[in-house]
Amino acid sequence: MAYHLNFGYIWTHVDKLTWGLVLSLELAVLSIFIGMVIGLSLALVYTGGGRIVRGVVAGYVEFIRNVPLLLLVYLVFYGIPSVGGFMYDATTSFIITLAGYSGAYMVEVFRAGLAAVPRGLIDAGKAIGLTAGQRLVHVRLPTMFRIVLPSFSNALVSLFKDTSLASVIAVPELTYGAQWIKTNSFRVIEVWIVVTPMYLITGYALLFTLQQLERRFAIQR
Amino acid sequence: MPSSELVVQIRGLKKSFGANRVLDGIDLDVQKGQVVVVIGPSGSGKTTLLRCINLLETYDEGSIQVDGVEVGFRDGGGGVRKHRHDRELARIRADIGMVFQLFNLFPHLTARENVMLGLRKVRGRAAADAKRIAEQWLARVGLSDKFDSLPSQLSGGQQQRVGIARAVAMGPKVLLLDEITSALDPELVGEVLNVVQELARDGMTMIVVTHEMTFARDVGTRIVFMDGGRIQAQGTPREVLAATGHDRLKAFLARIEMKHH
Amino acid sequence: MTFALQSLPYLWQGLLVTLEVSGLVVFFSLIAGTIMGVTIVYAPWWLYWPIRFYSDILRGIPLLVLIFFMYYGLPLFKISLTNVAAVVLALSAFKSAHVIEVVRGAIQSIPRGQTEAAKAIGLNFGQRLLYVIAPQAVRRFLPPWINAVVDTVKGSALVSLVGIVDLMLAIQQVIGRTYRPMPLYVLGALMYFVINYTLSSASRRLEARFAYIRE
Repeated sequence: MAYHLNFGYIWTHVDKLTWGLVLSLELAVLSIFIGMVIGLSLALVYTGGGRIVRGVVAGYVEFIRNVPLLLLVYLVFYGIPSVGGFMYDATTSFIITLAGYSGAYMVEVFRAGLAAVPRGLIDAGKAIGLTAGQRLVHVRLPTMFRIVLPSFSNALVSLFKDTSLASVIAVPELTYGAQWIKTNSFRVIEVWIVVTPMYLITGYALLFTLQQLERRFAIQR
Repeated sequence: MPSSELVVQIRGLKKSFGANRVLDGIDLDVQKGQVVVVIGPSGSGKTTLLRCINLLETYDEGSIQVDGVEVGFRDGGGGVRKHRHDRELARIRADIGMVFQLFNLFPHLTARENVMLGLRKVRGRAAADAKRIAEQWLARVGLSDKFDSLPSQLSGGQQQRVGIARAVAMGPKVLLLDEITSALDPELVGEVLNVVQELARDGMTMIVVTHEMTFARDVGTRIVFMDGGRIQAQGTPREVLAATGHDRLKAFLARIEMKHH
Repeated sequence: MTFALQSLPYLWQGLLVTLEVSGLVVFFSLIAGTIMGVTIVYAPWWLYWPIRFYSDILRGIPLLVLIFFMYYGLPLFKISLTNVAAVVLALSAFKSAHVIEVVRGAIQSIPRGQTEAAKAIGLNFGQRLLYVIAPQAVRRFLPPWINAVVDTVKGSALVSLVGIVDLMLAIQQVIGRTYRPMPLYVLGALMYFVINYTLSSASRRLEARFAYIRE
């Protein structure tokens, strides 16, 4: 069988891949930051709240964690506008979805992180006369952030791979670009050879960068 | 009464971890029925010495013979020593018992099953036999009401006594005790040391690494002081604890005294 | 909402396909992943690195990318599989990489002292593995593995994108006929939720039950 590798088409349209990669990264980073805000707020609410509040937060978290991301993407993009009457573009819709998705995971990360702050540190804070609010800001949160740093880097890489689902609602990220080239050129193998390393190397680069941060800041439990 | 039968014979033992020479030429004889207590500061190589005897660590130079058999190597012909394979090591280890500082009981097995495992799979005993022997030994160490307990349900002292039963039930030629009370709460140390003392009275050959000086004095036949990978002094408990003429030993004993008071 | 419930029989058919695909993937990935996972823990370097390579690459790319390229790419190698076979292959390959990590984690989280105690009473390698390591590894393996099964069920939704009528595509098709997306997405979400929540609860209960192994 004669199959000659021909990267020509890919090369002409490589911008779809490179800009797609950039968009994927943007989506991931944006989603994780919004997700962290959601996650931290809900973790604090959960830790301090009563049974009903805890139930609602747990309900949200369990729903997101047990339903396919694909379904969530469709639900937000097609489902909500149909009952809400408004419309948004695919990219906004995907960011909302992925932020809500990562938020659910962040709730658990932050809740566990808060619980892992050593009792002794909180007691020390009480002993020098800090109020509950001051203890939260000056003792518990800073310690918690250092504890959860490793989870953060795994979450970011994971979200980066999840951005590939944006392609199903035609958001022009990396996977969409790859699909586009494949559909128009039938050069499946060549696209694979180019796109796979793009995901792998970016993933490792993210991990490596964050590991450097970890080395400086994280606490080994 | 110790006979002159040599159970453990160590000559010129040397072992390094990378650039760190942990054992720097150890010579040691242990006769049947003796209780040799090894003391010394951390990093002196005491635990490594013990772990070389049952080949949990390999040794670089020298010889360790248990009952006349070189444990780490076999004769490769032409004067060449070859490292032993896992199966040979398993057979040798069956006759050497070890009790660990962190107990290392098998958490998925009850106390009885922990003791039975070696009896069934290594000694080849039938289930009923193994059960009987296990229960006998558990009763000997004072745990006749804990046969069906899981390690997670036992206190530290109880777990360690199971560890002792597990090692002794195999009928070893020599028992290696690696700081077996260091991880215990103080009030639990006594029950474990009492068991060891009884075993010594019944004639078990033992090499004990410990910080418990009272035990060393009361139960030890001989005390060996190690520092910097070498044996710096050895003798009867009275001789060693008097520490005449040995500055390092004196300093070490002084530090231990301060810690325990 | 009632009409959404009327579509339940059709959705039910899709659900069966989802479960069938997930079941096959769980089965194949468990076998392949366990073999490779145990191997990677005990193997010499020339087995370790290929498996490591495999695991890192498959965990480093999105599942969607893997499915697309296997689905469209395999025919180019003159390998013709049915739709279902192709996605099951892709999903199984993907999931085995995760199972490798779960197995490896389960074995390597067993304290070294266990192997030493097993050696000390004279057990050889095979006996240590069978009587001491495996029982503890299995108990540490199960909770995270059940989470991997949940991920498999969620990941199976992607087969809808290559035309396999699983629950996800069934939902899409009903929406295509009725033009009422929201009730159907909610209903579909609930169906996925029931399956996965049952599994994750089981995982949590097992984790609590086996806590004694980590004491």
